[in-house]
Amino acid sequence: MNAIELKNVTFTYGKHMPGAVPALDDVSIQVKSGGITGLIGHTGSGKSTLVQMLNGLLKPDSGTVLLDGIDIWAEPKKIREVRFKAGLVMQYPEYQLFAETAAEDIAFGPRNMGLEGEELDRRVREAARFAGLSEEILGKSPFDLSGGQKRRVALAGVIAMSPKILILDEPAAGLDPEGRRDILGGVKRFSRESGTTVLIVSHSMEDMAMYCDDVIVMAHAKILMHRPTAEVFSRAEELAAVGLDVPLITRVAAALRKNGVDIGLDVYTVDYAADKILGML
Amino acid sequence: MNPIIKAENLSFSYPGDEESKPVKALRGVSFEIPEGSFTAILGHNGSGKSTLAKLLCMVNLPDSGRLWVAGREITAPDATERDILEARRDVGMVFQNPDNQIVATIVEEDVAFGCENLGIPPAEIRERVDAALAAVGMSEYARKQTYNLSGGQKQRVAIAGTIAMNRRCVIFDESTAMLDPMGRREVMDIIAKLNREQGVTVLLITHHMNEAAAADRIIVMNQGQIYLDGSPREVFGKPAAMWAAGLDVPQTTELAYKLRQKGLDVPLYLFDAESCAEAVAEAVRRRSGKSAGGGKTGS
Repeated sequence: MNAIELKNVTFTYGKHMPGAVPALDDVSIQVKSGGITGLIGHTGSGKSTLVQMLNGLLKPDSGTVLLDGIDIWAEPKKIREVRFKAGLVMQYPEYQLFAETAAEDIAFGPRNMGLEGEELDRRVREAARFAGLSEEILGKSPFDLSGGQKRRVALAGVIAMSPKILILDEPAAGLDPEGRRDILGGVKRFSRESGTTVLIVSHSMEDMAMYCDDVIVMAHAKILMHRPTAEVFSRAEELAAVGLDVPLITRVAAALRKNGVDIGLDVYTVDYAADKILGML
Repeated sequence: MNPIIKAENLSFSYPGDEESKPVKALRGVSFEIPEGSFTAILGHNGSGKSTLAKLLCMVNLPDSGRLWVAGREITAPDATERDILEARRDVGMVFQNPDNQIVATIVEEDVAFGCENLGIPPAEIRERVDAALAAVGMSEYARKQTYNLSGGQKQRVAIAGTIAMNRRCVIFDESTAMLDPMGRREVMDIIAKLNREQGVTVLLITHHMNEAAAADRIIVMNQGQIYLDGSPREVFGKPAAMWAAGLDVPQTTELAYKLRQKGLDVPLYLFDAESCAEAVAEAVRRRSGKSAGGGKTGS
């Protein structure tokens, strides 16, 4: 079954204003259960609007949003349950920490769902483990943590609600390479071990290439393509035409072909490129 | 060339409170930045990069050590508030979040804001604003509303503000981190142009190794000290040291490193796809030629 399905979704901000243009224009996508999907697109392409559709923060003007095959707006009064089902980690979530300790902050979401006692404790601990947070960090005030640690506390807070779908908006922006690996590696472990469907929005083509099974490309309020990662990045010219890019290593592969060494164009990690080149010797 | 910034043994700690100890963010940092140069500053989160930037634009003053900005020693015992204000006029800063540094609703008013605060005559402000907007390629947006701009355009407007104020040195603190690939390219192109054509000294703090590769020099910070300092060729020529400091190297360098381990002779310092691919292709041909000549199944 599809974890996420959008059928002909259209949405316009301030649609009664003169000159309003749709932010989502007849968008249809299907995301299978259990994988990590990337969502890329230029600024203003409609990514954030799409993300806010998935947990019911925005309601489509027309079209349907289905999670696990269920129309989330079938019973508008139950939209709060949808928000527990689709966990959203916003940009720079570390600014939203507020509790006295990291553990308390992580517990906030699941407590609101009515969990308490041992179950709550278990959820907090498990979420902290996925996010790579040690026992010692859990007892600290969020103010005493580094930027990368705070970001992982915010991630754990959403994981602790055991969402069916985890949506992350620019989870690694502003982090150093190690911080990026920590957080994205944690997300990948969580997805693989729990079977949770993950959607990552990012401008980093390198990160997308490293962590996503498939990639949705948005441009001008529409879906340009939704294909396996290798195939998306092999279409460099189409991506460039909508203001996107491919990883540097993918451009090396294209230039290698021009120089008579053809390792294919579906190259998006350095290890794969090195293996292909060494395999030719 | 005269250094626009000279730092001697700078140290800085953030004060602690009842619960936490003071944090030593910089421990004895010394360097010179020649006027007109383009330097990238790398380092993991918490390595001291941003603390250093705050000292260089004099938001904070060092606990110890000496700092000269544009020939004035701002740490001199007899330096006054006025000296520091004067020195601040020479150093500008562009931040990470475009929305945190746009103050006006109309593009040209935003660019003029700093000049107005400096008390520059209106006719001259007009000239400076027009020239600054032209320099960042935003002239046609002069009368447009700032909130409608893309992230990359907002950053260019912020850069125009520093140009209009005739900043001799501009510090970019992860100014491309929140931009999409096109926005990032736009801003990096403008930064390079600012340095090349206007002679502005650029200090670029970044987590993007590809951006750092465009600089003349890279300073790598680690645990409050300078860890590596050299040309991109020298710094990225030590991938193992970069990885050990929690950093990365450009993908072209990483590829070359992996190929060199298997005996393929590819230089570590080719940072664009074309020159890297040419070197790899050349090395592959050389190797294949050798094995064919070595009596294996040649054609």
